[in-house]
Amino acid sequence: MNTLVSRYASTSATLELQDKDGLEDENVSDTMWGSSAGFGNLGPGGLKFDIPAVHSPTDFLRLHTDDHADPSCRIKIKHGTTTLAFRFKGGVIVAVDSRATAGSYIASGTVKKVIEINKFLLGTMAGGAADCQYWETYLGIQCRLHELRNRERISVAAASKYLSNLVYSYKGMGLSMGTMICGWDKTGPALFYVDSDGTRLKGDVFSVGSGSTFAYGVLDQGYHWDMTDEEAQELGRRSIYAAGHRDAYSGNTLNLYHVKEDGWRFIGNYDISKLHYDGPGDVPGSTGKGYGYEERTAGLSSSDFQEVVA
Amino acid sequence: MECQVALTGKGYVLVAADTVAARSIVKMKHDEDKIKVLGSHLLMSYSGEPGDTVQFAEYIERNLRLHQIRYLQPLRPSPAAAWIRRQLADSLRSRSPYSVNLLVGGYDIATSEPHLYWVDYLGTLAHVPYAAQGYGSYFVLSLLDRYHNPEATLEEGIETLKRCIAEMEKRLIVGLGKFKVKIVDKDGAREIEL
Repeated sequence: MNTLVSRYASTSATLELQDKDGLEDENVSDTMWGSSAGFGNLGPGGLKFDIPAVHSPTDFLRLHTDDHADPSCRIKIKHGTTTLAFRFKGGVIVAVDSRATAGSYIASGTVKKVIEINKFLLGTMAGGAADCQYWETYLGIQCRLHELRNRERISVAAASKYLSNLVYSYKGMGLSMGTMICGWDKTGPALFYVDSDGTRLKGDVFSVGSGSTFAYGVLDQGYHWDMTDEEAQELGRRSIYAAGHRDAYSGNTLNLYHVKEDGWRFIGNYDISKLHYDGPGDVPGSTGKGYGYEERTAGLSSSDFQEVVA
Repeated sequence: MECQVALTGKGYVLVAADTVAARSIVKMKHDEDKIKVLGSHLLMSYSGEPGDTVQFAEYIERNLRLHQIRYLQPLRPSPAAAWIRRQLADSLRSRSPYSVNLLVGGYDIATSEPHLYWVDYLGTLAHVPYAAQGYGSYFVLSLLDRYHNPEATLEEGIETLKRCIAEMEKRLIVGLGKFKVKIVDKDGAREIEL
């Protein structure tokens, strides 16, 4: 019992430092430890995860999943997505589509690809749906434990590094996820891209998934830091619409979130076909017109024919 | 398409690395720092398998820091490079080797000499006057064979480095964007603007 109490009473880092008696956390500055980006005390936690007792887990997984070659395989992993998130003056906008495909089959059109980790943290889902859902929920548990141990909310940087270290420890074993960890902490709005290679990038604008190129096309052109909330939400909608329109593996509906100082807020769910013909309806930032090319350019003509009046 | 270039001159080492983080055909980031400052007079640029690069660089960074705390002095460039090489060589025969290529630049305060090491993921270590990694090396190495001067002043060294970057910009099919440049000399390691 005592070990249990002491384990949860302080961080593992302080425990380690106590062992080497005399050293105190406060006296150790960031520069002494090298870069401030590192969180050396964040191990992968106490969880031990079984891996299949085969020679190569990756080959084993490939054998039983839809890796193009074998349509009769037993497990079909859900792929194909568009997700995006960007940071601006007024917080973080997170927008995703809702289509899940297994090969050329639309397995679902109502997938929740934004994972609500806690009141201040959102994660997005691209790649293996199960991998993202499981590990981001697990991340939520670890973030809550961090809160209880340190009486302080975890920073987005630390949370994302926890996830990236975790997936890195499973590198080469077939995890497939491309996720954005979005939130608001002491430093303000924060956004990190984390994927199953173990890559972790801090940035202002990210888009992930098969439709990401189409989303970037609209997003990059419309983006600037000083957008109003309404402008930003409209940009999120238009970018996901663009991907839903052009990418066969993205579409159906769009979910929009806005992260601000007091946590995230769900803005709405929009039918992408409706956006094409009618626009988002009566919402702030909307022009009231459909997003589709024909709708946008109705009545316009490139002809320079001029009627000659005799 | 990642690329790093480094060269030595009279009392300094210049290390340059591109700043793009790419995934498939998409540039995800345009200002990624791929050169780590490992100590007061030691630099390391890294490229290779995504994920491995940063994990390996941070591992090296922390262990060299630990060495400095334990022995109250930093490792000199030559033993530091030898130790880094050993980590890669050991990793090569492990279950999951690090696929990381490096350029290690340092200034040895004891002998007042700049040192540059070329290290690859197989654990090859070479002490060289100039070096490059990635596709850019196919253009830049011949250029440096022709133009490198071991006694070049900092201004001349920077001019040569600019030539290298201009050549890659001109001939490499994919633009690598901005390069980040760091220098290490008797005054220590720091970033400079080209």
